[in-house]
Amino acid sequence: MGYPHTPHARETTVLSKYFGDREAITLEGWKKRGGYAALKTALGMAPGDIVSVVKDSGLRGRGGAGFPTGVKWSFMKPGDGKPHYLCCNADESEPGTFKDREIMRWTPHALIEGCAIGSYAIGAETCYIYIRGEFTEPLVRVESALKECYAGGILGTNAMGSGKTINIYVHRGAGAYICGEETALMNSIEGRRGNPRIKPPFPAVSGVFAQPTTINNVETLAAVPHIINNGAAWYKQWMRPDNPKSTGTKLYSVCGNIQKPGNYEVPMGFPFKDFLYDLCGGPPPGRKFKAIIPGGISVPIQTVEEAEASLMDYEGFVAQGTMLGSGGVIVIDDAQNLVKQIARAARFFAHESCAQCTQCREGTAWTTRILERIVAGDGTPEDLDTLLDIGENMTGKTICVLSDSCATPVASGIKKFRADFEALIKKKKHHLVPAVA
Amino acid sequence: MADSNPTLVNLTIEGRPVSVPTGTTILEAARHAGILVPHYCYHPALPIAGVCRMCLVEVEKAPKLAPSCATTVAEGQVVHVHSDKAAEARTGVLEMLLINHPLDCPICDQSGECELQDYTYQEGRAEGRLRDPKRFNPVEDFGGDVMYTPNRCILCTRCVRFMDDVAHDPVLNVSERGDRALIGKFEGKDLTHPWAGNVIDLCPVGALLSKDSLNKARSWELDRTASVCPNCSQGCNMIIETRDNTVVRLRPRANHEVNQYFMCDHGRLSYRWMNRQDRLDVPMVRSGAALTGTDWELAIAEAARLLSGKRAFVLASPMLSNEALFLLSELVRGTGGTGSYRVPHGEEAPLAGVEDLARRADRAANGRGAELLGFTRSDAPLGALQAGDVLVVADEELAGVDAPDIAKASAIVVIGTTLPPWARHLAAVVLPVANFTEEEGTFTNLRGRVQRFMQAKAAPGFARPSWYVLSDLLAAMGGETGFVLASDVFAELARSRAEFAGLSYDTLGLKGRLIAGAAAPAGAGT
Repeated sequence: MGYPHTPHARETTVLSKYFGDREAITLEGWKKRGGYAALKTALGMAPGDIVSVVKDSGLRGRGGAGFPTGVKWSFMKPGDGKPHYLCCNADESEPGTFKDREIMRWTPHALIEGCAIGSYAIGAETCYIYIRGEFTEPLVRVESALKECYAGGILGTNAMGSGKTINIYVHRGAGAYICGEETALMNSIEGRRGNPRIKPPFPAVSGVFAQPTTINNVETLAAVPHIINNGAAWYKQWMRPDNPKSTGTKLYSVCGNIQKPGNYEVPMGFPFKDFLYDLCGGPPPGRKFKAIIPGGISVPIQTVEEAEASLMDYEGFVAQGTMLGSGGVIVIDDAQNLVKQIARAARFFAHESCAQCTQCREGTAWTTRILERIVAGDGTPEDLDTLLDIGENMTGKTICVLSDSCATPVASGIKKFRADFEALIKKKKHHLVPAVA
Repeated sequence: MADSNPTLVNLTIEGRPVSVPTGTTILEAARHAGILVPHYCYHPALPIAGVCRMCLVEVEKAPKLAPSCATTVAEGQVVHVHSDKAAEARTGVLEMLLINHPLDCPICDQSGECELQDYTYQEGRAEGRLRDPKRFNPVEDFGGDVMYTPNRCILCTRCVRFMDDVAHDPVLNVSERGDRALIGKFEGKDLTHPWAGNVIDLCPVGALLSKDSLNKARSWELDRTASVCPNCSQGCNMIIETRDNTVVRLRPRANHEVNQYFMCDHGRLSYRWMNRQDRLDVPMVRSGAALTGTDWELAIAEAARLLSGKRAFVLASPMLSNEALFLLSELVRGTGGTGSYRVPHGEEAPLAGVEDLARRADRAANGRGAELLGFTRSDAPLGALQAGDVLVVADEELAGVDAPDIAKASAIVVIGTTLPPWARHLAAVVLPVANFTEEEGTFTNLRGRVQRFMQAKAAPGFARPSWYVLSDLLAAMGGETGFVLASDVFAELARSRAEFAGLSYDTLGLKGRLIAGAAAPAGAGT
């Protein structure tokens, strides 16, 4: 990445090439850097061909789930007589993740170009960019970039002179984590409470305003112009030879107890050990890494051994007991109280639960109460088994995965760092209140 | 058999083969097969929410448990409701629901009819594992008849969906998030919608309670009787709940042809008259200036004597059963007299989300029945009274009727549940009858649906069912022998009146049947 430090030599800057470059923010500057050539090309192609190229490139969703983008687009049936919609998920709220913010701050036109290509490819005339409520600067940048695009004839009823209609609207969220869940995001756009919807129907059948809808992450859409410009084969140059399922480059946001936090862009399959120690400079002086959360707070916690053995792609992280997720790398060193960190994560989920599903509404809060009690020195040995059992009840049983996301760091934390919990419980300070209920 | 029908889907639920139409949910399919999938947020009259997660079932070959309320059936599916996996999930949900739910069943009105209590007894953990304080929210008055106890709320959102999608009056919402969430009211709004009380019945737990019946009775002390709401011409099916011979609560009884699962607040709360204490409980005849108690034979004989050779002018209440009105119409016919009735009025209040369901302007149960049986509707009901007629006042208090009208009558026979003040001075004979909760019979609603109601409590003193008294009177006037059962009266009605042809208590069942030609718009009512 180019901001705040110069890119590390081992980075591959595709999306982050112009981070920190003030001129790239403007339409003029963006065009000078080759901007909107891909859109021009795309508008001359058949929508189906664009979908094929994206399918061939192996691009997968960068928001967390990693669903193949081209396949998702192919669910949108052309000529079904219904208005189609594209929603860009810019509600980047996953704790530890701040890559989409940089894309929108420095290269808003990259996102708009991706949105425009995506809209055209899926037959949508309307695209909503759903921006997280707390994102002030990205909002201003994207809105002024959109203004430039309309003034410059790039968007509107005659996008780049093609005769095609592409309208992009910014919808600002009100600061709810759950609105980053795609169906809650659609409810929010419609003006409803941001509650996830039951699937099926899937968004491609009945999405925003009950019409066929595709939802893509900012980073996913920002990668699309590069694929159109350079072709699928070019994008596939970045992958492990033995794993063609993950291709291209990925942005990682690194935070926590590490020398050089920030955004980094590396190709799929990059060794996580090199990433942590070489690119990011390793732990602070005199400390050691204790635990790594590689994909935002909702993925399982890794031990240092697992992290060092990981290869950075969808399958590589799964092989080491976790997930790529959103690419929000949270590093925790040996000076931290890990239980407290996990309790803090649980509190976040308890706060953000939309309150629809029983297990999530009650389970996240109960988990938090138990963890905070353990941290306060009132834990009991049974608490850990209770936590694991609650986690079991919270997993795979609810409308969306917020509940699972809360259970994941707790369960993986207890399984991998049980001694930390037990040490706190042994140091017990207070007398326990008798069980109620 | 089902294989030949392409619109049917065949699946197996708990080892039982089930065939249901395409698009049916697993929960409904199970219900078809007589298998209850425990659930809270699902209600057949409301849109699917799928939030309580209680109805999770195991579908073979599916990766996760499926919410049966929101999952449609598929050919060849094998569903397990009571497998270990599904049962454990339910136990988990129940434990979660009880975390913040107070264990105050001993003082909760819902106790005994609470689905949380039932399922917890059935499948809940024997002991809770919560060692932390519970979340607390204070009780709130939601307006209308509704009180909200947020601590007991399981956020199934049935009430919210009822107000949004059935009443079309969005008053309620889910406020806050996480376990702080509770049902809230939109600013400046109250549950004053005329049908809002239904949220009390819809609430599966003791979160929404009726202020009217608060702390009045434990549900297991109540006797329940199938009946029909008499408070307007809609004829909503209902259950009368009584304790110690007193009506304490009215609740809707499902009937898809009439009221779905609902009844209005007016009907629900208009039950106090059923418990009136100033009831007539002994037959009386006039002896000089005073009415004197007597026995039934003498009273009936006196009434028959007064009526012999005279025209009977019958002013009947539209709250009387078809049976009583039929016998009154026989009295009119036999004496060449006249029958008249009047109907109290109110404002119509529809329930927007249900077709043809409203609190009707006609605030009486059987105006249609009176009309069908030849009575004339008039707001001046004694207008046609001729000098020399015997005025028979059947359960009408004659409120607002001018005394000079009454004075034209040669004699006044009162058949009623109470004794109006004027009758003390003017009635020649007073025959005490049961009110509608104390006898059985049928009403005809405004669409011509004839519906049975059952006896819910005992009549006071010597009071007798109205049809019984009238059949005795007709017998004393030289008619046939009196009827022994209400069903006999109805059979005679069905035999002699074309509109009621083919109907009997057996064919009416508990959901009623339409009279012949009922598709035509109702003639009664304005």
